Amino acid sequence: MTSLPETTSKKLGLVIDLDTCVGCQACATSCKEWNAGGYSAPLTDQDTRGSDPHGTWLNRVHSYEVGDGPDSRTVHFPRSCLHCETPACVTVCPTGASYKRASDGIVLVNPDTCIGCKLCSWACPYGAREYDTDDGVMKKCTLCVDRIYNESFAPEDRVPACVRACPTGARHFGDLGDPGSAVSLLVKEREGFDLLPGMGFKPVNKYLPPRDRRDLTTASAPRAAERTVAGSGSLADRFFAWADKTLAR
Amino acid sequence: MGHHEPDIALSEPSADEIKTTTCYMCACRCGIRVHLKDGRVRYIDGNRDHPVNKGVLCGKGSAGIMTHYSPARLRAPMKRVGPRGSGEFQEITWDEALETATGWLRDVRARDPGKLAFFTGRDQSQALTGWFAQQYGTPNFAAHGGFCSVNMAAAGLYTFGGSFWEFGEPDWEHTKYFMLFGVAEDHASNPLKMALGKLKEKGVKVVAINPIRTGYGAIADEWIGIRPGTDGLFVGSLIHELMRAQKIDLEYLVRFTNAHWLVIDDPKAADDGLFARDEAGQPLAFDKTTAALADAARTDISPALVGTFKLPDGRSVRPSFALIAERFLTDEYNPDKVAVATAVPAGTIRRIARELAHAAFEQEVTLDIPWTDTAGRRHEKTTGRPVSMHAMRGISAHSNGFQTCRMLHLLQILLGSIDCPGGFRYKAPFPRPTPPPNKPARAVGPNAPLKGAPLGFPQGPEDLLVDAGGKPQRIDKAYSWDAPLAAHGLMHMVITNAATADPYPVDVLFMYMANMSWNSSMNIPAVLRHLTAKDEKTGEYKIPKIIYSDAYSSEMVAYADLILPDTTYLERWDCISLLDRPISGADAPADAIRQPVVAPDRDVRGFQTVLLDLGARLGLPGFVNDNGTPRYPGGYPDYIVHHERSPGIGSLAGFRGEDGKSYGRGAPNEKQLDSYIAGGCFHEHRLAPEQRYYKHANKAYLDWAKDAGFIGASAPITFQLYLEPLQKFRQAARGHGPVQAPATHRARIDKYFDPIPFWYAPFDNAANETESFTFSAITQRPMHMYHSWGSHNSWLRQITAENCLYMNRERARKLGIADGDWVWIKNPLGRVKGRVRLMEGVNPDTVWTWNAIGRRAGAAALDPDAPEATRGFLLNHLINELLPEREGGYRFSNSDPITGQAAWYDLRVSIEKAAPDEQGETWPQFVPLKAPSLAGAEAAP
Amino acid sequence: MHPAYSVIVFTTASGAGYGLLIWLAVAAALNLVPRDPALGFVGLGVALALITIGLLASTLHLGRPERAWRALSQWKSSWLSREGIAAIVTYLPAGALGLGWVFGEFVPGQIATGAWLSVPCALITVWCTGMIYASLPTIRAWDQPLVAPVYVVLALATGGVLLSLLLAAFGYDPRWAAILSVVTLALGWFLKARYWLAIDTAPKTHTAEAATGLGRFGTVRPLDPPHTQPNFVMREMGYQVARRHAEKLRRLSVLLLFVLPIGAGLLLLLDLPSPFQIAIASLAALSAAAGVLTERWLFFAEAEHVAMLYYRGGVA
Ligand SMILES: Nc1nc2c(c(=O)[nH]1)N[C@H]1C(S)=C(S)[C@@H](COP(=O)(O)OP(=O)(O)OC[C@H]3O[C@@H](n4cnc5c(=O)[nH]c(N)nc54)[C@H](O)[C@@H]3O)O[C@H]1N2
Ligand SMILES: Nc1nc2c(c(=O)[nH]1)N[C@H]1C(S)=C(S)[C@@H](COP(=O)(O)OP(=O)(O)OC[C@H]3O[C@@H](n4cnc5c(=O)[nH]c(N)nc54)[C@H](O)[C@@H]3O)O[C@H]1N2
Ligand code: SF4
Ligand code: SF4
Ligand code: SF4
Ligand code: SF4
Ligand code: SF4
Ligand SMILES: [Mo]
Repeated sequence: MTSLPETTSKKLGLVIDLDTCVGCQACATSCKEWNAGGYSAPLTDQDTRGSDPHGTWLNRVHSYEVGDGPDSRTVHFPRSCLHCETPACVTVCPTGASYKRASDGIVLVNPDTCIGCKLCSWACPYGAREYDTDDGVMKKCTLCVDRIYNESFAPEDRVPACVRACPTGARHFGDLGDPGSAVSLLVKEREGFDLLPGMGFKPVNKYLPPRDRRDLTTASAPRAAERTVAGSGSLADRFFAWADKTLAR
Repeated sequence: MGHHEPDIALSEPSADEIKTTTCYMCACRCGIRVHLKDGRVRYIDGNRDHPVNKGVLCGKGSAGIMTHYSPARLRAPMKRVGPRGSGEFQEITWDEALETATGWLRDVRARDPGKLAFFTGRDQSQALTGWFAQQYGTPNFAAHGGFCSVNMAAAGLYTFGGSFWEFGEPDWEHTKYFMLFGVAEDHASNPLKMALGKLKEKGVKVVAINPIRTGYGAIADEWIGIRPGTDGLFVGSLIHELMRAQKIDLEYLVRFTNAHWLVIDDPKAADDGLFARDEAGQPLAFDKTTAALADAARTDISPALVGTFKLPDGRSVRPSFALIAERFLTDEYNPDKVAVATAVPAGTIRRIARELAHAAFEQEVTLDIPWTDTAGRRHEKTTGRPVSMHAMRGISAHSNGFQTCRMLHLLQILLGSIDCPGGFRYKAPFPRPTPPPNKPARAVGPNAPLKGAPLGFPQGPEDLLVDAGGKPQRIDKAYSWDAPLAAHGLMHMVITNAATADPYPVDVLFMYMANMSWNSSMNIPAVLRHLTAKDEKTGEYKIPKIIYSDAYSSEMVAYADLILPDTTYLERWDCISLLDRPISGADAPADAIRQPVVAPDRDVRGFQTVLLDLGARLGLPGFVNDNGTPRYPGGYPDYIVHHERSPGIGSLAGFRGEDGKSYGRGAPNEKQLDSYIAGGCFHEHRLAPEQRYYKHANKAYLDWAKDAGFIGASAPITFQLYLEPLQKFRQAARGHGPVQAPATHRARIDKYFDPIPFWYAPFDNAANETESFTFSAITQRPMHMYHSWGSHNSWLRQITAENCLYMNRERARKLGIADGDWVWIKNPLGRVKGRVRLMEGVNPDTVWTWNAIGRRAGAAALDPDAPEATRGFLLNHLINELLPEREGGYRFSNSDPITGQAAWYDLRVSIEKAAPDEQGETWPQFVPLKAPSLAGAEAAP
Repeated sequence: MHPAYSVIVFTTASGAGYGLLIWLAVAAALNLVPRDPALGFVGLGVALALITIGLLASTLHLGRPERAWRALSQWKSSWLSREGIAAIVTYLPAGALGLGWVFGEFVPGQIATGAWLSVPCALITVWCTGMIYASLPTIRAWDQPLVAPVYVVLALATGGVLLSLLLAAFGYDPRWAAILSVVTLALGWFLKARYWLAIDTAPKTHTAEAATGLGRFGTVRPLDPPHTQPNFVMREMGYQVARRHAEKLRRLSVLLLFVLPIGAGLLLLLDLPSPFQIAIASLAALSAAAGVLTERWLFFAEAEHVAMLYYRGGVA
């Protein structure tokens, strides 16, 4: 049924660290690769060798520039389904194909009952739903539901493909409903935030902001390196005198 | 109504079988696990145990399936039937292909083996390919290093016996300050990303020096948007500041470097600027304790670093350090002076210097690791200065890259941060002696192998490969006066030189894995003319025969006469050997293999196996047994296991000896590959803690490395701050010695072969017209594409199927250029059209684009109207392979004058808005290539 | 939003069909027209045909039309589901009405009951259609109180125009229908104008800064899109019509949907000879059809989706 569960036992989701994401696309391609053969299979591609190559991807990496001039920043920004707590993508679905799991909060599409009306994609403010034109059904991030509980995997591999691949460690997976979980603590410590909080969808996934630029050493650096050591003669003469005196072994 | 959830198969196994091997979507060589289902590749993830990537995978590696199943794969050997460049081929059998190649090569070898030019590109088997060239007898061999980063390799190897590139890495665990110069992606692709993530988490400051702020620069704590080609000024200025503030590790200098070696000051003499040596040839120092000259290597003296002293013959000598300090203390490197040229404010330079000094001298790292130095002194603890640096092509791809890179190493060494805790660390088999002892081998004659490897490291004019008149003996003019220290050759000059018979023509051009008619050449239109140029009299092609091995339908395939189709990386054996490009970590030498995880479904063969077959057919020494039968009938895996470079030393260092228990040295082991496979296709030897730091002077390490065959002797390795070999070339240019530079080259050698690093303005295609060509035009590698390989992959090309020209917003506004406008990018060589994208994070005088996205119509099994061809463009069309004529009409190659490194990033251009009717498509356009027969059908997993 | 023809045809055709059904039902219930079986057959036939064509067109929009029946299950939360159910339910009273009208009542009161039930069913259906859009907070131009009323009023208005034509064609006095259509068209015009004013002036509350959470560092500008060629979301939601072009189309749709049909309705009030009436009513119907298609096309084309903030930056 399309109605949302009152509560979910867990709130599984991702925490994405914009401070360390370098925009390498590993999360995007590993997601494509896992899901093209997994629960979301197929993830079709169109015009693969032609003038308009595109396809179904469940995770996409943007890059932005923020601010102007020397204070501006470049931020790489991966974006996938945020597994919202109160998402309209579920409630608008006329078939019940779109649902939120009561056990862990994962928002999924049932590929056997989806009619491909695309309404859920209109309802999602995050552009996180991807209609598969060839397959005729809606696809979206499954939070790798076929990995995270997969008993044929080593326990440490029971994480989403994107998290497993990310080289900078910018992606974290866990239960954001448990205030003591590693991800919840990380969000707390780094002041993780919601995207478009004004939409009221209550995304489970959180983003960690780029950190303040570090100038630690500057702040604490003694001014030593700033002064030119006293003495007479040219800069070179003074330097030589110092070198001669200092190095006596 | 209840909440209904369908049942989902949550524990579907990902594979029938998981096999380990080594990724080759780029040269980082991460360990991967290939999940196979129903005989097909279903999924690839990283091997958590692997020392390189520890389980992570990058954007390319994770898309490997689609490169493996690419429809652009070649299907069978082919011979050309139409004119060159037409793409008309006929499939032939391997037997015919190999016999044809053997016929051509046998003929050339019998006449003049040097008429074979054998050049390999993105190769990881140079130990084999170089050996093939050597046994064949041609000096005309090199791999891609000459157009890639030989400036980095050479500067490092000559200076401290290691290098950036893949030869070393920062001590990620202990460093407290990290500077990244001119790196967008690097060969250490995943390790860098992993490390940056960790550094940021730990609060270690990361500084990116780069005209462009993307990728790594985007997450750096500080981005320094330097003007291209001016890093030498910036670094020199940091040195100036550190010296001014007297923040130099003098102790480190006398222990590990030639700072105290005495340099002869006798301007008229042949040995001016060389080191003063005793009768035994040992460099001298001035001992302050005894006030006398002494063997500089002695550890019981108190050497002077400054002052002027007299040799017994009365001539003056000065410690090299004094000369170095004098250079950097001049006003030339004063921050106020360099600020304008570098576009880095003087205040920033001063602050960075201060931060460096602070991290190095106030935040010393001390580890509880006792070690013993080569003088036998035991140190209870290992201490280090935790500032580290990494640099790559932003430094190397300029014509001042060698000296700039030397200056970077000078900075590291002055701070005392080479191979110490928190500093920059060697990866085995490095460090190696400085300057490197092996010299390039000379051609011997018909049917004779070379006496040594074709590539090496000249130490003076006598080592050059030039004839009596100073004329180059190699086709690429490496080791000639054009590029004396061209340690990796000049692959980018081979086609031009061969076609223009300068210095001579070749008979066969044999290439492997390099798209030389497209993204790895300069001046593509000219290269295409050279490849199709015919001798007017004979009607024969000026480059008569071209053999090429590629796995995909690249632009280069269309210009070859004989195609030897390679497998994909998941279908073959490969060897990532310590004899070649290391994958070691600083604490652990490591090597790896690739094993075939799926069988080819086409008539293709691994190139290394083909090369061994060719060698055997040619009867090359080492490739055949005494009775003429092939020495390695089992192909490449047979060679990997059984070939011995010198007794007991072979391709792989792990599991040697009959029992498989030896490391480094040991008899071949029949089970070696099985052991590698069982271990995840790699082998790592963890150094004992006492061997890990100060390897250049660490007795335990050097003794062990000698045993393992990495180095010939366990003598300490002395850093060459002052690089005497350069001075030798300079003296030859000043008319001294038996081998002298030709008149045309004297001024050039005299100027650039300065034994003390210095900055000079990079050469420039538009040399005389710089005023109108105000923009530097450079490229960057996208993290998810590997050169032209990316567009073979139907997933990766979705991410980037076309490229833009990125410009600074403010600068564009002044020029009336808006986002999305099409512009002409012009220089004296020609013009290229591209679409503009505006950004904030780019030096205002710089424009740039992603490298190798543009493809020629029809290449790579792409439709002719693919965006890669209609909108994507290459800057290579504008990069001249030759510099403008100088007096005397000679044209030097567009390369570093010392190493011959291709100067891709010296390009200067003007930008002009295209007319309204010129919008929408890139220019130049080439005749679409006809695709040869390809593997066809692809399917997602 | 991408103006998909299937959806435009769906909403406009079924809207006009329901409008016509409503007026015919009212007419039948109140005996405003004679119980002419031919009129009933053609009139209700056209209404139901338009409804059916519209509903069939909507399935063209589906990736899996064979599963369309599943769309009826989620009436508790989904307006699309409700719309589907309402549409199907409406066939029952409309069928009863039509059969009674054409073949005579099988049960007494069949026509009246069918008619009186058809009216709310049809109204509810059109309301649901409107609410499919109006319930999407992600699209500012749709998340407006006037969206569903406009859908209903335009259904009534276009139905009225059709009814006028129908009456004229059958030689009945079209004047009362003309009055109805003039009134509903005028109301439609008024509401649509208010709607346009509303979407032109309603503040854009969502920003790229909020979408990325990066506002603390300044203005957010997209540098590189995730992929160089447009993806599903961009194709579906990235459609943009130039402001000036939109203005022109708005004027055109006002002219075609309101001005001309209202003028025609007024002309019908004159006691013109039947052929003139037929001609005028036909032109009015054609004009309204073109007008409502334009209006509906604009309804999509002018709507900006919040998700595009990720691709274009700015506000939405
Ligand atoms: N403007 C500009 N030009 C540059 C550079 C730049 O930064 N800017 N960079 C330069 C540098 S550093 C480099 S290294 C070069 C790289 O340029 P290239 O060496 O040309 O590199 P690629 O395009 O990656 O691929 C070379 C060829 O290898 C083929 N190939 C792929 N896989 C296999 C395989 O498994 N077996 C075989 N046999 N062939 C295979 C591909 O099809 C392709 O034709 O470009 C250089 N050119
Ligand atoms: N994903 C991916 N990885 C690759 C490759 C690939 O094609 N794709 N290619 C591999 C190869 S062959 C190589 S050689 C390596 C090269 O790895 P990198 O050295 O990272 O190669 P580039 O992308 O050329 O990056 C050069 C950087 O230097 C900057 N730069 C240019 N001029 C200057 C300058 O004067 N000063 C400074 N400070 N910076 C400057 C450019 O903006 C750019 O960011 O990458 C390897 N890894
Ligand atoms: S894999 Fe990690 S670093 Fe790379 S784009 Fe994704 S989140 Fe960013
Ligand atoms: S991100 Fe979009 S698709 Fe995912 S739960 Fe939220 S609204 Fe639904
Ligand atoms: S596309 Fe599928 S999941 Fe989405 S609303 Fe329609 S039926 Fe539901
Ligand atoms: S959790 Fe799985 S499906 Fe979701 S973005 Fe990551 S890899 Fe893709
Ligand atoms: S960095 Fe990426 S492409 Fe390169 S070897 Fe590693 S996983 Fe493969
Ligand atoms: Mo390279």
